Amino acid sequence: MDPVLSIRPLIAIAIAGLAALAILVLHKREKLRDLVSPVAALAMFVTVMSMAPTVLSGGTVELRLFEILPGVDFAFRADALGMVFATVSSLLWIMAAFYSIGYMRHLHEHAQTRFFACFATSLAAAVGGAFAANLFTLVIFYELLSLVTYPLVYHHEDEEAWKGSRKYLVYLMGASKSALLAALALTYQIAGSLDFLAGGLLSADDASAALLTVVYFCYLFGFAKAAVMPLHAWLPAAMVAPTPVSALLHAVAVVKMGVFCVLRVVFHVFGVGLVGELGLGIATAYLVSFTIVVASVYALTRDDLKARLAYSTVSQLSYIVLGAVLLSPIAITGGIIHIAAHAFSKITLFFCAGSIYCASGKRNISDMAGIGRRLPWTMGAFFVASLSMIGVPPTAGFVSKWYLAQGSVQAGEMAFLAVLLVSSVLNAAYFLPVSYVAFFGEAAAGEGSARVREIPLVTIPLVVTAILSVLMGIFPGYFLTLAEGVVR
Amino acid sequence: MGFPLLSLIILTPAAGAAVLIFLRGDDAVRWTALGVTLVDLALTVVLLAGFDTATHEMQFTEARPWVPALGITYALGVDGISALFVFLTALLGSVSVLASWVAIDRRVKAFMISLLAMQALMLGVFSALDMFLFYVCWEAMLIPMYLIIGVWGGEGRVYAAFKFFLYTLAGSLLFLVGVIVLYFQGGETFDMLALMQQDLPFEVQSWLFFAFLVAFAVKVPMVPVHTWLPDAHVQAPTAGSIILAGVLLKMGAYGFLRFSLPMLPEATLYYSTLMLAISALAIVYGGFLALAQDDLKKLVAYSSISHMGFVTLGIFALNARGLEGSILQMFNHGITTGALFLFVGLIYERTHTRSIAEYGGLMKVAPVYTAFLALFTLSSMALPGTNAFVGELLVLSGAFGANLAFGAVAILGATLSAAYLLGMYRKVALGPIRVHAGPTPRDVNARELAAILPLAAFVLWVGLYPKPFLDIIDTSVTHLLVEVQSRGRSQ
Repeated sequence: MDPVLSIRPLIAIAIAGLAALAILVLHKREKLRDLVSPVAALAMFVTVMSMAPTVLSGGTVELRLFEILPGVDFAFRADALGMVFATVSSLLWIMAAFYSIGYMRHLHEHAQTRFFACFATSLAAAVGGAFAANLFTLVIFYELLSLVTYPLVYHHEDEEAWKGSRKYLVYLMGASKSALLAALALTYQIAGSLDFLAGGLLSADDASAALLTVVYFCYLFGFAKAAVMPLHAWLPAAMVAPTPVSALLHAVAVVKMGVFCVLRVVFHVFGVGLVGELGLGIATAYLVSFTIVVASVYALTRDDLKARLAYSTVSQLSYIVLGAVLLSPIAITGGIIHIAAHAFSKITLFFCAGSIYCASGKRNISDMAGIGRRLPWTMGAFFVASLSMIGVPPTAGFVSKWYLAQGSVQAGEMAFLAVLLVSSVLNAAYFLPVSYVAFFGEAAAGEGSARVREIPLVTIPLVVTAILSVLMGIFPGYFLTLAEGVVR
Repeated sequence: MGFPLLSLIILTPAAGAAVLIFLRGDDAVRWTALGVTLVDLALTVVLLAGFDTATHEMQFTEARPWVPALGITYALGVDGISALFVFLTALLGSVSVLASWVAIDRRVKAFMISLLAMQALMLGVFSALDMFLFYVCWEAMLIPMYLIIGVWGGEGRVYAAFKFFLYTLAGSLLFLVGVIVLYFQGGETFDMLALMQQDLPFEVQSWLFFAFLVAFAVKVPMVPVHTWLPDAHVQAPTAGSIILAGVLLKMGAYGFLRFSLPMLPEATLYYSTLMLAISALAIVYGGFLALAQDDLKKLVAYSSISHMGFVTLGIFALNARGLEGSILQMFNHGITTGALFLFVGLIYERTHTRSIAEYGGLMKVAPVYTAFLALFTLSSMALPGTNAFVGELLVLSGAFGANLAFGAVAILGATLSAAYLLGMYRKVALGPIRVHAGPTPRDVNARELAAILPLAAFVLWVGLYPKPFLDIIDTSVTHLLVEVQSRGRSQ
């Protein structure tokens, strides 16, 4: 099928970019300024979805702007993999936009203009990455995302924020200025191009297996946003950010950018064939399995709810990579739909953490005894999203885990089936106690219940995303079709 | 021979300097100097607009007999290797005048005359096609630069100027010896294009290669003859630093491209691995030194050593990507480092300190300043989307093609650049406001913005659409490579 030429990929990016400008211009008119984000989010989602019919039927929407270097264009292409990422990001931005307003207003946060402007720019970067047609265009947006999320991480501007944000930047920039830069330069040297090609840009004849292996691992660790151990520590550090940031950016946009880039490299730079030929698939699978299990164990030991969620994210991101590198069609499908499944559920969990904090000022799980009775919607949503993370039917997480499990059988790698099972048990072990304590725990004596109540603008979005987590479990068709489009 | 555009470009600042002698009043001097540099800038734009990217031959050539008895001619011309530098020199000339507007408040006339004389001579170096003319301009440049540092510099200006003079003079003497040897060995001609066609014996090429190496390495500067640079930069007035980093450092690398590669191809090929090693050393060594600095100007100065290491790395990779990348990177470095020195100058004018430790939270008092500082900092660390990333990617790609090990070492230097630049920015711009005692520094004004904006535009233009720039470079580089490879191996 011929690609559809259209400016829509650029429009989607431009909407968020212009929204950021509008927010800056309107910095004195708060009500109007706050309206910009939801409107832009809706417009962006509509623009992204307007490309869905083409992509679902196996086509692509393309836009080539100009040549940057010989063999490298500034170009965009909305294909199946990009659509998964773009759909999730733009859809959840709508929820996050409302949630942020509620959260930031309720807590009387400072520097709200900077916050919303950076937030909008982050979305432009995320969707820009989703639609990038080659590595050069991709890394421009990848780095932009690192930069504009930095002020969001240091938002509170206290000692803790400076420390966390420094770690954030050191990890992300350090990895990209070393491993990623090397990988890009080597790829350009070897292939003379940086384009994403179906079946892979590189081939075994281009260079020695050793060199290709080095390039591969440079990509895997260069894209540190994927948080594969040992380059994961930036993610818990980033939790010093306000909760809406942790929710949309550090559970969806930023981290998914990381795994998305890894998937791009596996599918469209190396190609499934070459990764298999070099024996890199199984090597990576062991590496990410380690991350899956160890990060879950870390999560178990964290009492700070956001920290627990962060380690859970580290673990869950590696599910996505695991699916891809098992290289069997079903496993790949599972990995790709886990991008969406994890996004819906994890954003819900973070939204809940923020809601609890807004309502009660509490962060530690051990202080949350009995809080479910006062925040029923919040903790109800938390329970639903937890089930999805554990992989209980009929939630979204069940669908992706089902495919991942089947995929490891299809790949003939039973070891990873065991990893999935062990991690599911661990997921249950660190998520279910939270709900249990919240609903059945006895509140400490002397805690007045009068002041603790849910804030509508914060609660409604998290209920919606919880519902989305279930809906996706029952109707996974959209993401399944896209994932199968990638496999094809 | 058509319209003598190159002569006009060189003579405009020279004539401007002469006119300044007769002017009275500092403001008249400033405005005239600015006018002259702007006219010169416009002329170089005309030059680029008329530049034919399809040929490697010299363009806009002029040739007049000068000392016929010795075969010395006044021969000018540009090709894809020099065209961008002619433009860059004129651009940074205007920026330098703007940067000196209030920073230089004594002997303004003499300063502007030095600045314009400097510009004429630098343009002469980049357009000379006669080795003697080249040498004269190359040497004469020392004098106005010596004055700029020695008269208008900081506390230790005399020491710094003297050190600068000694280092470059030592290099130049070897260069002179090389020129004389080349003259006699190459058929008693100063015609550089003819010299490029000579096939000298390898032994002669080797001796000349090392004579030129010393001369050019001092200018670049390459480790271990770099120590004059931090002193010169710290003491030089802002305009001096801009010209020093923006243009003067490029002359060393330009010398390699004009003399070593085309005239001594066999020696170039033979010693290329050594050159790659020295370059990689400079990248990492400069990076570590920059990491350790508290003085803003020193930090940028040491980062220059590291970045110029990338340039020489690309040159001696001796492949198309490496060479194109390094020429583009020289242009980029001129823009970005010129801008960074401008920014250091701006903040020094306001606070009278350059110590990073004494700053903090500048973003809150000078948002426009810090926003542009962010752009140039990111450009200097070669963030994708900025000019230096394109150059760095090309250079590294070329370096990997030549030698994987040195490419890997260079990557370490790139990582270091992120560390010292982002660290510097964080300490200066973010965090709680901590400004040195004295009045709150004001944000940039219109005049300062006029100097900043064109540089900012080039950061993004080259970063996102470098094709026009690469087109200018491409044909000449391809030709140069073919020459080096074919003549360097034929013997």
